[in-house]
Amino acid sequence: MLHIYCPYCEELREEEEFHPKGQAHITRPADPDACSDEEWGDYLFFRDNPRGIHHEMWVHAIGCRKFFNVTRNTVTYEILETYPMGEQPRFTAEYPEGKPADQLNDAQQEPSRQEGVHV
Amino acid sequence: MQRYSGFGLAKHALSHHENWERQWRNPTPKKQYDVVIVGGGGHGLATAYYLAKEHGITNVAVVEKGWLGGGNTARNTTIVRSNYLWDESAALYEHSMKLWEGLSQDLNYNVMFSQRGVMNLAHTLQDMRDVQRRVNANRLNGIDSEVLTPEQIQAIVPVMDCSKNARYPILGASWQPRAGVARHDAVAWGFARAADALGVDILQNTEVTGFKIRDGRIYGVHTNRGDIEAKTVGCVAAGNSGVLAKMAGFRLPLESHPLQALVSEPLKPVLDTVVMSNHVHGYISQTDKGDLVIGAGIDGYNGYGQRGSYPTVEHTLQAVIEMFPIFSRVRMNRQWGGIVDTCPDACPILSATPVKGLYFNCGWGTGGFKATPGSGHVFAWTLAKNQAHPIAAPFSINRFHTGALVDEHGAAGVAH
Repeated sequence: MLHIYCPYCEELREEEEFHPKGQAHITRPADPDACSDEEWGDYLFFRDNPRGIHHEMWVHAIGCRKFFNVTRNTVTYEILETYPMGEQPRFTAEYPEGKPADQLNDAQQEPSRQEGVHV
Repeated sequence: MQRYSGFGLAKHALSHHENWERQWRNPTPKKQYDVVIVGGGGHGLATAYYLAKEHGITNVAVVEKGWLGGGNTARNTTIVRSNYLWDESAALYEHSMKLWEGLSQDLNYNVMFSQRGVMNLAHTLQDMRDVQRRVNANRLNGIDSEVLTPEQIQAIVPVMDCSKNARYPILGASWQPRAGVARHDAVAWGFARAADALGVDILQNTEVTGFKIRDGRIYGVHTNRGDIEAKTVGCVAAGNSGVLAKMAGFRLPLESHPLQALVSEPLKPVLDTVVMSNHVHGYISQTDKGDLVIGAGIDGYNGYGQRGSYPTVEHTLQAVIEMFPIFSRVRMNRQWGGIVDTCPDACPILSATPVKGLYFNCGWGTGGFKATPGSGHVFAWTLAKNQAHPIAAPFSINRFHTGALVDEHGAAGVAH
């Protein structure tokens, strides 16, 4: 049983309260009509499927019902962090121990344009 | 190859069964093969067997990082059926079903294929409509399929709760009498032995660590036992297909999920068919040893852990007890998970890739075991002729760009 920290409720809750919703940080094409079939197919269907650190969306389905992001290891199932929509992960495949502080600030300043988040 | 027969069994009894020859060799990898198959599960071994048998290509290596059939081949619930909705998938699974029917003789290996029938239950009006639609589609495709009433179901499975008082009353079912189960380990071993006898090298404990690609063409694979050259490489790696694709420099529309199953302690014979329910989500059969084999759904999240989550087990057992109150005191012996590579349209990918000479056979998701001989047969044809077999053609990876998906979600029964 996974225990997941909801960044909105600020509580560790059991897996059954949540639903996984697939890979995180997929940006919807700004102008779908201008996409080629390849670009649109890639956006709809093609996913990273890593063995190791993965960023995914979860929804606190029978809690606050909000979406948030989880960085999780797909082999050990260890959850490294959870963070609200619109933020960037601290733990990545490149930095499995966490990004150094200077990198972190740069990443946070990037404008985010994620699913459901209007900047 | 030493042929198996009743006479051979009697003869070897005289020497206390100590002189049986090994079923396959354990060769040293050669430097070069005509075809390399990555993945020594049922599908990979079947591909190698049909390459050698049907196409005369015997300079073939099957490269397996663990042991034969140690992945999903030995982790499924052994169900074989072909009652799929759409013409494309019906053709593929029925092709496989026809090969199953002669497989033990073909391989000279008893795969214990038992055509005990499979029923897919309907618990709601919409389930019933879907069942009728699928049965009609099956019959138009020449697949045996019929609709059963609750009375007929009760007659076939007396221990099932078919009363109107159930929480999810059973309104009917689809029934495929030719469907059934097979012994999954024997399928891997039978294909391995038959392929080995035709000259295929089966290389266990040999892990592919990379591909040799030049100018968009494949020249071989890197392994932990040295490089192997081959102009044609077929990847049949189920849950690890995405990892291999990444090594080759492209992505697949796949996500790997744990799918789990469990078996009970052995019981006296009580269930002589296979019962699947899409709605309450559980499926169950009884092995020849007497264990109840129960299949659960996939965990919703991506995972490579080869173990499943407890909420999923709990949910599945609730479904099984709902259908079979008589099993409420049965104890479960073992539980395990396999890694299934699910496609957005719940159909496999049998396809060429952006790398010339590199082919993928993957995306079987939760239902690959039943397709083992058919998948190997059409994939071998594809590898031998460098073009898609007519049955495999609709399952090209291009369908995710053209939009010509074969949407078998829910239509095929359970566990999608």
